[in-house]
Amino acid sequence: MLRIDCPFCGPRNHDEFTYLEDGSVKMPALANSNKNAWYEAVFLRENPRGAHIEDWHHTQGCRMVLRVKRDTLTHKITSVVPAHPEYKKMLASRDKPVRPSGKKSAGARAK
Amino acid sequence: MDGKARVKRYSALQILKQGLSGHSGWQPAWRDASPKPAYDVIIIGGGGHGLASAYYLASIHGITNVAVLEKGWIGGGNSGRNTTIVRSNYSMEGNTAFYEHSLKLWEGLSQELNYNVMFSQRGHLNLFFTPAQRDALARRYNTMRLNGIDGEFLSREQVEKMVPHLNFSEEARFPIMGGFFQPRAGTARHDAVNWGYARAASALGVDIIQNCEVTGFIHQAGQIVGVETSRGEIRAEKTGLAVAGSTSLLAKMAGLGKLPIESHKLQAFVSEPIKPFLDTVVVYSAYHGHFYISQSDKGGMVFGGDLDGHNSYAQRGNLPIYNNVAGCAMNVMPSLGRVKVLRQWAGIMDMSMDGSPFITKTDIGGLYLNAGWCYGGFKAIPGSGWCFAHTIAHDSPHEINSLLTLDRFKIGRQIDESGHGPFPKSH
Amino acid sequence: MGGYRLKNGGLINRDKPVSFSFNGRKLNGFEGDSIAAALLANNVQQVGRSFKYHRLRGVMSAGPEEGGALFNVNDGAKRIANVKGTMAELRPQMQVYAQNAYPGIRFDIGAINSLFAPFLSAGFYYKTFMGPMRSTSFWMFCERFIRKAAGLGTASREPDPDSYDIAYGFCDVLVVGAGPSGLHAAAELAEQGRKVILVEQDFEAGGSYLSSGRPEDLALRDQLIRRLKTAGGQLMLRSTAFGLYDGLVTGVIERLTDHITDPDPHCPREITHILHPRHVVLATGASERGLAFGNNDRPGVMLAGALRSYACRYGVMAGGSAVLATCHDGTYEDAIMLAGLGMEITLIDARNRKSRQYQAASAAGITVLNGKVPVNVAGSSAVAGIEVADIDEKGVVDKVTTLIGCEVVGISGGYSPVIHLPSHRGIKPRWEASIQAFVTGQTSENIHVIGAADGVFEASACIDHARQLCAKMMGKKPKKQIRRGIPGGQRPLFEIQIEGRKLKSFIDPQHDVTSEDIRQAHREGFVSVEHMKRYTTLGMATDQGRVGNILGLAVMAQAQGLAVGSSGVTTFRPPFTPVSIGALAARERGADWRPVRRTPMHYEHLAAGAVMTDAGAWKRAWYYPKQGETIDDAYIREAATTRQNVAMVDVSTLGKIAVQGPDATEFLNRIYVNPFAKLAIGKARYGIMLRDDGMVLDDGTTWRLAEDDYFMTTTTAQAAPVMQFLEELLQRRWTDLKVHISSVTDQWAGMAVAGPYAREVLSAQFPSEGWSDAAFPFMGVREITFAQEGRDIICRVARISFSGERAFEIYVSADKGAALWSSLASHIKEGGGCLYGMEALGALRIEKGHVTAAELDGRVTLEDAGFGKMASKTKPFIGSVLRQRPHLIFENRPQLVGIFPKDRTGRFSAGAILCHPDQVSGFGEGWVTAVTHSPALGHWIGLGFISGGAEAWQNKTVMVADPVRDNFVEAEIVSPHMFDPQGGRQHG
Repeated sequence: MLRIDCPFCGPRNHDEFTYLEDGSVKMPALANSNKNAWYEAVFLRENPRGAHIEDWHHTQGCRMVLRVKRDTLTHKITSVVPAHPEYKKMLASRDKPVRPSGKKSAGARAK
Repeated sequence: MDGKARVKRYSALQILKQGLSGHSGWQPAWRDASPKPAYDVIIIGGGGHGLASAYYLASIHGITNVAVLEKGWIGGGNSGRNTTIVRSNYSMEGNTAFYEHSLKLWEGLSQELNYNVMFSQRGHLNLFFTPAQRDALARRYNTMRLNGIDGEFLSREQVEKMVPHLNFSEEARFPIMGGFFQPRAGTARHDAVNWGYARAASALGVDIIQNCEVTGFIHQAGQIVGVETSRGEIRAEKTGLAVAGSTSLLAKMAGLGKLPIESHKLQAFVSEPIKPFLDTVVVYSAYHGHFYISQSDKGGMVFGGDLDGHNSYAQRGNLPIYNNVAGCAMNVMPSLGRVKVLRQWAGIMDMSMDGSPFITKTDIGGLYLNAGWCYGGFKAIPGSGWCFAHTIAHDSPHEINSLLTLDRFKIGRQIDESGHGPFPKSH
Repeated sequence: MGGYRLKNGGLINRDKPVSFSFNGRKLNGFEGDSIAAALLANNVQQVGRSFKYHRLRGVMSAGPEEGGALFNVNDGAKRIANVKGTMAELRPQMQVYAQNAYPGIRFDIGAINSLFAPFLSAGFYYKTFMGPMRSTSFWMFCERFIRKAAGLGTASREPDPDSYDIAYGFCDVLVVGAGPSGLHAAAELAEQGRKVILVEQDFEAGGSYLSSGRPEDLALRDQLIRRLKTAGGQLMLRSTAFGLYDGLVTGVIERLTDHITDPDPHCPREITHILHPRHVVLATGASERGLAFGNNDRPGVMLAGALRSYACRYGVMAGGSAVLATCHDGTYEDAIMLAGLGMEITLIDARNRKSRQYQAASAAGITVLNGKVPVNVAGSSAVAGIEVADIDEKGVVDKVTTLIGCEVVGISGGYSPVIHLPSHRGIKPRWEASIQAFVTGQTSENIHVIGAADGVFEASACIDHARQLCAKMMGKKPKKQIRRGIPGGQRPLFEIQIEGRKLKSFIDPQHDVTSEDIRQAHREGFVSVEHMKRYTTLGMATDQGRVGNILGLAVMAQAQGLAVGSSGVTTFRPPFTPVSIGALAARERGADWRPVRRTPMHYEHLAAGAVMTDAGAWKRAWYYPKQGETIDDAYIREAATTRQNVAMVDVSTLGKIAVQGPDATEFLNRIYVNPFAKLAIGKARYGIMLRDDGMVLDDGTTWRLAEDDYFMTTTTAQAAPVMQFLEELLQRRWTDLKVHISSVTDQWAGMAVAGPYAREVLSAQFPSEGWSDAAFPFMGVREITFAQEGRDIICRVARISFSGERAFEIYVSADKGAALWSSLASHIKEGGGCLYGMEALGALRIEKGHVTAAELDGRVTLEDAGFGKMASKTKPFIGSVLRQRPHLIFENRPQLVGIFPKDRTGRFSAGAILCHPDQVSGFGEGWVTAVTHSPALGHWIGLGFISGGAEAWQNKTVMVADPVRDNFVEAEIVSPHMFDPQGGRQHG
């Protein structure tokens, strides 16, 4: 199970999300009428074995599109941020949600 | 080096002879060759497609100075880890004739290779649950029929007669409405296909070189004239790439650039062996799920469903697909609940942008590509090898694979059986 | 003497006798027995037949490595195949049957295979049965018999009557295995404040403590469990960690009812737990492995440790006398314990030097013979004795053998750590010479392997290992090196061969893989571990390679002249032990599988007698039959009533999206092919959107409610994909646009009132509004109110039409949908109108040539569907570039057309192929997407696509070919707008 740490909802199992596509692909501007530019963006993929930037949609959560850095060989996720730059800023300025972190002392959580 | 004369034919008599002498006289099924400095053709990838290509180069086109380079052990990729279904129920121009050609080759493959690939034409039953699915499948099977391919329409009652223990309950969430059946379809023993082609190719003089990883390509005047490998430099005028799952990596190394392919993982499951339970292949692909199941000769129920849905090169699956596939299983065959999964595994698929493959020349001289097999690679092995060999030998595709090109997206001639569009995970 | 139950001792509950049956024979055991223990106690030695040769099989082990004691359990729908008798708890009235033996164990027809054994070696099937002709028929004829002989247990064909569940759990540490190491680690970590879950596959916690025969071990176990629980830890018994996945997510199967005779019917049989631990501690122990020698598969040949397990844990002696064959000190302890309980024991030790335990063994009355190995088992249906021979330092076995009489043989070739779970994570195992087995390699994940699972076999070292891990997890440095291996060491011993004698020595007793098979695989070049496995089927049986893996590797390594372990090992795949498909499906069954979506008017449809149909997850009214009506009668009446009078259909399933914000207009203008920049407030527009590749994605109407507020509808099928695509565009591609979109599909109930008298119905329902063409023109939109229970409820109404009649789509808050529907329905009924379902909706739209998913199948361009003129030439939109690719702008592409049967009484079906009458083959010229009987035209009509479109086929005949239904009909091609092509009726 991939665990995707949604910046809004917290860490969730990947079956809550929909994998969209390669996040490194830059779509041409709408007004760009160059067929080849569109062809490359729509049909061609780097498809790396290793570090991959990809977009996931938190379909069954906040419905944010997330830009995820994940290794396609180990499946290790190293970064999850909102794809939309404004969302990124908004979330950065809000209070961090309270959620257990691995670094807290064990005693603090023992009840 | 020519092993041609020394290969013993397999037969019941041979087994009898060997059995009486403690099986001490069997020879290696294929020669474990070491690389020569040069060949006429190099095939990269010792899976079913690569081995079949080499075999047909030798057997049909007389090109026997061929090396098959395999990074690990032959048949270690998807041709040894699939659910072994063989069928030719395709309706798009470009696919239909190709898969039927492959199925025809399957029908005589055991005799041709003198190796029992256990192709069993136990039929392939495609269920439908709604009128819309029925209509879409009717178009597909009608197209097959008009192209000389077998296909039948079955009512709910006929389906029930064929497989009585499917879910015909009134309470079924999606009641079975009927099915389409391809009698000539079936299953085969996947490893046997790899080994059979390897043995037959080797007997014709093809060098099968295992543990030989390609690390680079040798370019000369814009052409590819050979490869660098973990076992040294090997030259050839023509190099064929048949490495589904890793196509993008090798293509990049060769200078082909980005391809209309993503690597995705597909899981498969096999149950503990049980006494005969299911005689035919049962599948469905509907809004509510995608599922296929058959029973192997050993008795295991072999089944699978959707891709995990994200790019991956790891041959491991994750739990959501277990739940998804088992749910699809239980709802169409609720007696499976107490049958136990023995093993689950995953393979890496070359998922193309339209769900259809590539057997084609490339923009680089001397380099040929066989890739993009999505779910459908196993059944395609004979046809794929046959077409790839033709394309390499003649430096031009056969009519059968003439539409399986890389540039079809550029010109808008996608071969999109599912209609999902340029989303590899959806095909 | 045979197998018998000791007078006392063991962990069984002697106050609770349990009666069960084996192959119909009544037998008794005790609560706390496994099936295998109870059978041994009853001196049942032959319990089944093997897979290939149908050789007799007895109990071989006391754990999941079992290859012999596999049973069918229960009758009828509750039958389970391939139950491991060594793991399954005995329960009252349990019905146990031997497998793969017909008609019975002692006389089994399949045993004839044994006679052909010399020919049925590895790869046998690949070399024969091809038949003389290029065809599969000879193979398929033979295969029928092969399939009957194959398989093990028999599965029920009735639906599984039990339920299953799924649960999600979170913890700091998941400890797998409640043996000494696991218990210590779990208790200590829990006391340090970690949230700990300890899972154990057995029905008793304790692991090797259970079979040690030392009461103090059990006391220690109880104390550790108490400590764990007091500190808040959780112990789950009958719970197998079956797989380790990404993010350390672990699948655990908990078995709740198989051991209970009359379980609560509401209790699930099994639960799949999906656990999310931060750390995984693997204390999964080690399994003993056997030795390969002649006839080592006979009933009565068991693992040495299993003999002890049965004696100490269950109070069952497998026989009165035993020869134990070993190569290490571990077996001495087993022997001493068994001797103390009354078994007569000869211990043969492959090592020439005397063990440190030699004295203790002698003192216990055990005859210890050094430098000897087992060669061949005497006896056929049971052990009569064993031939042993001398082995020298180089491993050469003397030809002279001695026969030692005994009832059972206990063998041990050492212990192999259970490394399956890390293998699931892709962690490569590493050969550890000191234990002649593989251990888990390095990993950067929080996976910790302790105790016997890491090759640490000494009890005290295991505890140290557990403590050290706890210290490490608290950030302390490890103090000392934990020693792997069996104290006293072991002699590598795998296969014992004796020159000049051809004996069947089994590597994998379940699949009947012999050492000769492996040598043959070597001769034939199947030398890589994966090839060996696939060619011989070694390791593919239900024990998943536990028994034979290392033995097989050793035989292959010897044949290759390589060191054992240098070849690596095949990857273990999940599940750890077989898991029922029902448990994996869990709740995904019946109505819970794909939860039904009901429209707000669902029960009104049922009350009106509707037959429902599936549309994705939705249930929709298909047709409303009057008494005696068929589906055709009903929909033709409903469609005709719509055209002649008025009728109403539920359209709540359409996707509805609120598009709001200052840039909403710009957004719509980019996603639709047609212009949206100048849509007036209070107006609706039909729009089509494409995918990036230029193919049609969806169509629908969008209503402008205010300057910055739109109400978009999508098709039912594409509602979710369109919503997701729009979100993606706004969050990824057009991040500068200030637009907010939300799905409001479930918030609005929708209904369409259509027909010449639609206006009258609306006037009756909303008398204060004006409904004239002038007041409410075609494509007009307005918000009106509807009074219910004294409150004004807002409705959104648009004058749009899918049926081609004068029609109004009305949306109201979902909770008021039923009320408004009922009220409208009564007005409609008063005027002689009716309700119509999907089938009539289909008929009406086909007559009009309106497209749905049947036409827009993801492969269709705007031009194909006849919408080419809609595309704006002045603005870019999604798909506007790639739709211009050469193959998409061919003039001869199939285009949307109407189809009439030449003979108007003729009938054809959707899915048929349109062919030139002279060439009914190949791909034809087009295809039929939808067919209906047209009440307006009085005959069957269809929609479809054909090359070149209707103009190209004017006055030409086509053949509608439907070979799968054996129907060939001549037809003519017409405009898709088959009824009221000018649209006069909807415009009014």
